[in-house]
Amino acid sequence: MPSVDRVPEGTEDAAQPDGLWRQLRFIALGHPLGVIGAVIMAVFVFAAVFADFLTFYDPVATNSAVSLAHPNSAHWLGADFMGRDVYSRIVYGARISLAVGLGSTFLGCAIGVVLGLTSGYIGGWVDLIVQRLVDVLQGMPLLVLALVMAASLGPALGNTIIAIAIPLIPYAARVIRSNTLILREQPFVEAARAIGMSETRIAIRHVLPNTLAPLIVIATAQLGSAILTEASLSFLGLGIPEPHPSWGRMLSESAAEYVRTAPWLVVFPGLAISLVVFGTNLLGDALRDILDPRLRT
Amino acid sequence: MGTYLIRRFFLMLLTLFGISVLVFVMLRLVPGNIVDILFDAAGMINAAEKAQIEKDLGLDLPIVVQYGHWINGLFHGDLGYSYVSEKPAIEEIAPRIPITAKLAGLALLFSIVFGVPFGVISAVRQNSSLDYVLRVISLSGLSVPSFWLALLILMAFVSFFGTIPIYTEPPKTGWDELLLYSIPAAAVGFRSSALIMRLTRSSMLEVLRQDYIRTARAKGASDTSVNYHHALRNAILPVVTVIGIEAAFLMGGLIVTETVFNIPGVARFLVEAIRWRDYPIVQNLVMFIAVVAVLINFIVDLLYAVLDPRIKYAD
Repeated sequence: MPSVDRVPEGTEDAAQPDGLWRQLRFIALGHPLGVIGAVIMAVFVFAAVFADFLTFYDPVATNSAVSLAHPNSAHWLGADFMGRDVYSRIVYGARISLAVGLGSTFLGCAIGVVLGLTSGYIGGWVDLIVQRLVDVLQGMPLLVLALVMAASLGPALGNTIIAIAIPLIPYAARVIRSNTLILREQPFVEAARAIGMSETRIAIRHVLPNTLAPLIVIATAQLGSAILTEASLSFLGLGIPEPHPSWGRMLSESAAEYVRTAPWLVVFPGLAISLVVFGTNLLGDALRDILDPRLRT
Repeated sequence: MGTYLIRRFFLMLLTLFGISVLVFVMLRLVPGNIVDILFDAAGMINAAEKAQIEKDLGLDLPIVVQYGHWINGLFHGDLGYSYVSEKPAIEEIAPRIPITAKLAGLALLFSIVFGVPFGVISAVRQNSSLDYVLRVISLSGLSVPSFWLALLILMAFVSFFGTIPIYTEPPKTGWDELLLYSIPAAAVGFRSSALIMRLTRSSMLEVLRQDYIRTARAKGASDTSVNYHHALRNAILPVVTVIGIEAAFLMGGLIVTETVFNIPGVARFLVEAIRWRDYPIVQNLVMFIAVVAVLINFIVDLLYAVLDPRIKYAD
């Protein structure tokens, strides 16, 4: 006997996207600032991925003939003291910011998840040791710790990612631990244990997926912090080395000498950093409201 | 309460011990040391002379022994000697502390003076155009790098006054000092004020929905009285926490701002010492920053009980 709930043949594929689209539109209407944030982030990712097609100059090629050129039709955002095109460097700089931002956020969150889940689920002396470790990492301002780490590891893209990821670990670890402490007492965990599932399997298959919503919220917030920290490190000369076009380094090169004579060298890279971090903050706020309304501000 | 305080105090000491080990080990991971830098700069390759200098500086000792010497020195007020200036580290660090403390104090004052009232206004006028403007400003505060804001301020000064307000010589009067530090303090404090504004707003919104606020209004209390005397007093606890955290972590913002404004404080000195691999200065400065941050967090914990009598720490 056919089920009364059966979807007519050929309509399954059509129904699903429509439902998803309608849901997305509903969420977007409720969170217009989040949509603006998502659009900014989409532009940022697009620029990073398609930088080769969006620029007309090599970002590291120097040309003394156009040194400190004002913004014009050939160099939309002007040129720096070495004659490098500022627009091209900003577009390619998106790659660096994206790589460092995503890389350090992912690494920091991944280690934080492992520590938080282990600490919260096992408890006892493991929890005690992990929490002291987290206290140590959280006992110093983010930039100070990142500065010491960056100096220790040396200026390189991978090292900058590690230097920023380590100070980010405690934030994810604390959130995942507090969620795990609640989840491990839930009936579904007891049920899994009752049917003979191993503790590792319960932690990974049942507890971890339930901590993903707060993890997404905290990861989005940390993406902005990571981008700002990379810019600060590069500004201080301890982040991304030459010849990579990092936004922070672009500001560092122009900081002292060109404030008076070439303001475009100061304005545009800073605007790029601020806009992207603003986008992550807007998106982060919206995701928090959608995924974890208890944290709404 | 007594047992909690003792436990909390020992945890604080444990955290500081962990930080000291971390910083000490991290600095020894740096490829090369001060002797390598000096020899590279001078183009010298005399291995015997290099080994002698390393011995004089104690860099040839096992890392555990070096750590022991440092901690022992800390407890006796001996922070070692700067490798670069060859002066006692304490003489290099101490004069810079008041400069950074004044800058941090001004930045915190700026962030509270702007953050709390605007947070209250934003909550009271929820969903009005003023609320939206204030929310966008606060979100911008969290997005704009403080060093870029500092550079924009410098640019504005060049355009309007034809001068750059950076530190060139020690200020002669208190007024000069206030003028000199207020601009970088505003650049650093803008981010903190944004954070305080957001938290004040959300905390106020929660409190304004409580029954006792409705009762106060029903009794005929004025809006100012309800907002500031009844609501803010109960909404301030999480705000105090975030003010404490910001006070402890202002150093991050000060590092870049002191560099831009050429202010000879602790934060800028840390960057210079890191570049020179001046271990005694770096490890003592980082420990100093960590002690301040951990102590402020400890004090904030204690302030909870004072500000909210409902909170009692179990023994």
